[in-house]
Amino acid sequence: MKQDSITLAHGNGGQFMQDLIKKTIVPTLGGQETLTDGAVLQVGQETLVFSTDSFTVKPIFFPGGDIGSLAVNGTVNDVTAMGGTPLYLSCAAVIEEGFPIADLERILTSIGQACAASGVQVVTGDTKVVEKGSGDGIFLNTAGIGVRQFPLSSRFGTLKSGDHIVISGAVGDHGTAIALARNPLGLSNHVQSDCAGLYRMIEPVLKAGLEIVLMRDPTRGGLATVLNEFVDSRSVGIEIDQTAVPVHAGVKAVCEILGYDPLYLANEGKMVFVVSSEDSDSLVSMLRSHPFGQDAAVIGRVSERAPGKVLLRTEIGGSRILDMLVYDQLPRIC
Amino acid sequence: MKYLDEFRNAEVAKSLVDRIHAIPLTNEVKFMEVCGSHTMAISRSGIRRMLPNQVKLLSGPGCPVCVTAQEDIDIMLAFARVENVIVTTFGDMMRVPGTIGSLQVEKSNGADVRVVYSTLDALDIARANPEKRVVFLGVGFETTVPTIARSIEVAHDEDILNYSVFLRGKTIPIPMEVLASDPEIGLHGFLCPAHVSTIIGTKAYAGLVEKYHLPCVAAGFEPLDILQGVLMLLRQVSEGRAENENEYSRVATENGNPAALALMDSLFEPVDALWRGIGMIPATGLSIRSEFAQWDAEWIFAEEIKGIVEDLQIQQGSSTWQAMHKACQCGEVLKGKIIPPQCPLFAKACTPQNPVGPCMVSSEGSCAAYYRFER
Repeated sequence: MKQDSITLAHGNGGQFMQDLIKKTIVPTLGGQETLTDGAVLQVGQETLVFSTDSFTVKPIFFPGGDIGSLAVNGTVNDVTAMGGTPLYLSCAAVIEEGFPIADLERILTSIGQACAASGVQVVTGDTKVVEKGSGDGIFLNTAGIGVRQFPLSSRFGTLKSGDHIVISGAVGDHGTAIALARNPLGLSNHVQSDCAGLYRMIEPVLKAGLEIVLMRDPTRGGLATVLNEFVDSRSVGIEIDQTAVPVHAGVKAVCEILGYDPLYLANEGKMVFVVSSEDSDSLVSMLRSHPFGQDAAVIGRVSERAPGKVLLRTEIGGSRILDMLVYDQLPRIC
Repeated sequence: MKYLDEFRNAEVAKSLVDRIHAIPLTNEVKFMEVCGSHTMAISRSGIRRMLPNQVKLLSGPGCPVCVTAQEDIDIMLAFARVENVIVTTFGDMMRVPGTIGSLQVEKSNGADVRVVYSTLDALDIARANPEKRVVFLGVGFETTVPTIARSIEVAHDEDILNYSVFLRGKTIPIPMEVLASDPEIGLHGFLCPAHVSTIIGTKAYAGLVEKYHLPCVAAGFEPLDILQGVLMLLRQVSEGRAENENEYSRVATENGNPAALALMDSLFEPVDALWRGIGMIPATGLSIRSEFAQWDAEWIFAEEIKGIVEDLQIQQGSSTWQAMHKACQCGEVLKGKIIPPQCPLFAKACTPQNPVGPCMVSSEGSCAAYYRFER
């Protein structure tokens, strides 16, 4: 089934979106296709990190955050993942006619709070209003600039067999919170989005000069998709131990009911690291000393067993492929 | 007891696997699971590779989406094109390719197609949109069918007339007999479905055991349930027994759920059904009894969809499409005659991004399971 129009799957962070970037966007616009979260620019003596992201979320306000905090934290985390110290943001809003001013104020307050928490400032912005029916309440776009203050490891970007994979906390909270906010299913479950800016947690790690090989915030497509991006067309693969991946009990339960896999659900306040085995304990303990990193854990390692692939050692000791997300997960018939 | 971690315990799994390996086997042993949830669980937990080489787990026609005939999918797509209609469906159905396109494609072209979690959600949509006509796509086995029946019962009691169901519900025991009697497949036993058994009761498999001397074990969907089920089947085979056993006794009983069965029976009646890959099997489908025809989408929309379905099928045109669909081996996969990697299209022309057959599309399909977890 060849598709000649955009479907929702082109925006889910998985295989379709990657194909769209590789086959349509990059060939048309030119430039390098690295599929990272931002651009690294050399300007005079400074190395700048530049990233942009657009935000649309239903509902706009959800347990643990809203579109405003999401827009700030998403870009802060992207700049952070590129090894930058985020400094300045732009923020543009496309607002649908009829959107309540009170809601806009709430979102702006949340933007202000999220900026303060991460030490960044919104320095430029734009507002457009579209006719009723032409938008979904409000869409936000942020772009962020940061500087690379701390030198990155000389191995940054080069995975080696034996490197460890570390996650800064439990996966699937944001995706589950959103799913429940859309359809509570009569559950008395209080899963909160993990929406948070991570720079403050990660700054000490960068400062300490740990041998970080890669960092990425596993948003759309979840942990599984990021891990696949790490090893895509490389001569090494990744092995993950399912029992080591932290998942909150509430998330696990909701996922069982809906047939979701938490490894594919979005996170908005987590970072995945590839780190040298020597430095992985230090990384985990540094992360754990921050409130956002209390559940940080080593969840696997880089290996030569299945180049380009991610293997999962299942809870019962079996082994299987952990593939990239293709389509959004859908609730099943039975 | 949280009913999750306990059934995924690695130590217990190891001990079950050890006991499975301890059973002496001389020849290849083929067991078939006939529930998509089993198929997924087996692939997802990596069970296949934990078993002895001689033990083959085959996936039967247990994925409701996969066994739905192409013709029926075209009708579903046609509903999406009827004016003023909201199509409601379980998620699995969204991406299944019809002759042209899929519900997902219809949706991105502007049709009002909504994924629901329950038939009662579909009813809510009907209540909230009195000016629209809401059609629910009723696909599923005995687990799902009572919930479809219930939605019609509620619509009847509350006089909700803008709700209807396109019913393609199916029942599983007779197709199991068809497969049991096929010497080409050569089965040694069935891993009987978990949730279907909670409705129809394990007594539904008694005939298989008696007539075909095939071991049957109803098993739960958790990894340890499946390993225990396989162990029970292997014991029967090695001891030359053929019995109807129940591993899932914490939920499934011999007699099932009489209330659900009575509800199904009062609203639906058996009809011949077209199973993709298998063909027509008498009395294995369900249709809405004529007393409830007001809620039968097939009856209400008969005239409106006829032309659209014909249009859809005429459009198929391209010779590549036809060649591909000829090469698609979903039928053989559904009968357990081949495993997905043996299909010439598997992971080449047919992938989850560009699925040719439904077994690659549905999250419960065996091709999708092999592609995602066992490539």
